Amino acid sequence: MSAGLELRDLACVRGRRSLFRGLNLTLAPGQLLRVSGANGAGKTSLLRMLCGLLAPAQGQVLWRGHSVHQAREAFHQQLIYLGHAAALKDDLSPLENLQVATRLGGAAADEAAARQALADAGLRGREHVPSRILSQGQRRRAALARLPLGQALLWVLDEPFNALDTAATAWLLGLIEAHLQRGGLVVLTSHQPVALSDRVAQVSLAL
Amino acid sequence: MSDLTRYRAAGSDAPDSGSWGAWRAVFQRDLRIALRRRADTGSALVFFVIVVALFPLGVGPEFGLLRRMGPGVVWVAALLASMLALGRLFADDHADGTLEQMLLSPTPLALLVLAKTAAHWLASGLLLVLISPLLALQFDLGGEAAGVLFLSLLLGTPLLSLIGAIGAALTVGLRGAGVLLSLLVLPLCSPVLIFGAGAVEASQAGLGVTAHFSLLGAMLLAALFLAPLAAAAALRIALE
Repeated sequence: MSAGLELRDLACVRGRRSLFRGLNLTLAPGQLLRVSGANGAGKTSLLRMLCGLLAPAQGQVLWRGHSVHQAREAFHQQLIYLGHAAALKDDLSPLENLQVATRLGGAAADEAAARQALADAGLRGREHVPSRILSQGQRRRAALARLPLGQALLWVLDEPFNALDTAATAWLLGLIEAHLQRGGLVVLTSHQPVALSDRVAQVSLAL
Repeated sequence: MSDLTRYRAAGSDAPDSGSWGAWRAVFQRDLRIALRRRADTGSALVFFVIVVALFPLGVGPEFGLLRRMGPGVVWVAALLASMLALGRLFADDHADGTLEQMLLSPTPLALLVLAKTAAHWLASGLLLVLISPLLALQFDLGGEAAGVLFLSLLLGTPLLSLIGAIGAALTVGLRGAGVLLSLLVLPLCSPVLIFGAGAVEASQAGLGVTAHFSLLGAMLLAALFLAPLAAAAALRIALE
């Protein structure tokens, strides 16, 4: 039984095409897994499978030794997943979106903390505008501002660096490194290598 | 790293955390969105009023006939108007990714579906109920019949929202979901229509309405329990 995330003989079939099979991997606390691969190789499918959104065609995903489908609620307590879509409601402000997202994740939505998180994400002064008028990069920042709030141990991020400028990329790398040093786990897809300091363990997986 | 710990002042045992906090968050969010998109919220209501108003114009001002068909017309129009609003129940959340976040919440999905359905009913069904006594005047329904119509809609429209939630969950993400949704849900709603309109007709005929209301109430209780579970299961399948 491992303390982290374990993939056992995982296979993915979309339509009639087999995307990958026989995937075995263990991710310990404090480790980052970068999934890379060509477009359509199954990166997003793998991430959705890790979260339990997609049932594997074969094999299983274990979190602390329990299948994520069986111990769903305990697992989701420990999980933050950010997909391609920023999961923002266009009619709500970034602050309202952030508070709903943290409460949906099972944590309390402290307004001061949420404001601080948005300010750190570079959205100071934009807390109350409708999310619909934010730029792509700002939407991404507003979604990522959720990461430091709440208690989740496992972050699953689909292309988190997309649309981010250099300042925001540095901010996100800082968040990820701090999370890993606290013993958190990160799974992300990215086309570029992730420039973290050598102290944190990185596992790369090419699909 | 102290950088991350400063956010953690609020513990997970604060009053608005946990399942109840998530329930309220979804409920308040959907109501807030309904308030900010008044055009969308109001369109179902306007549709309801227009459809009901067309019947006396088309049939002609014959009181006996209008009085007889009034309850049925108002009920059918309410059914169609609630279909209009239903299409957006999960489709918007699916499009912007918030539906996935609901599936990944530690709170049971059925509870969140219930929160969404409750907010949806408040922003659509309840408005129809509130305006129905006014429409009853068009059909020359007496005070008692209008009251029974109001109560039957009050019991029946949440039922329509709950049954509709199953259909909306089954069709989420499909092309042409609107038509398919109506085809799926309208037949399932016919018992609600029969007993709802039947209650008003019974009261017009001077019969008791307790049986009709008991049946509507029983259906509502069963749907309150079963529909969120069914819709949650449908959503998990639809999002795979």
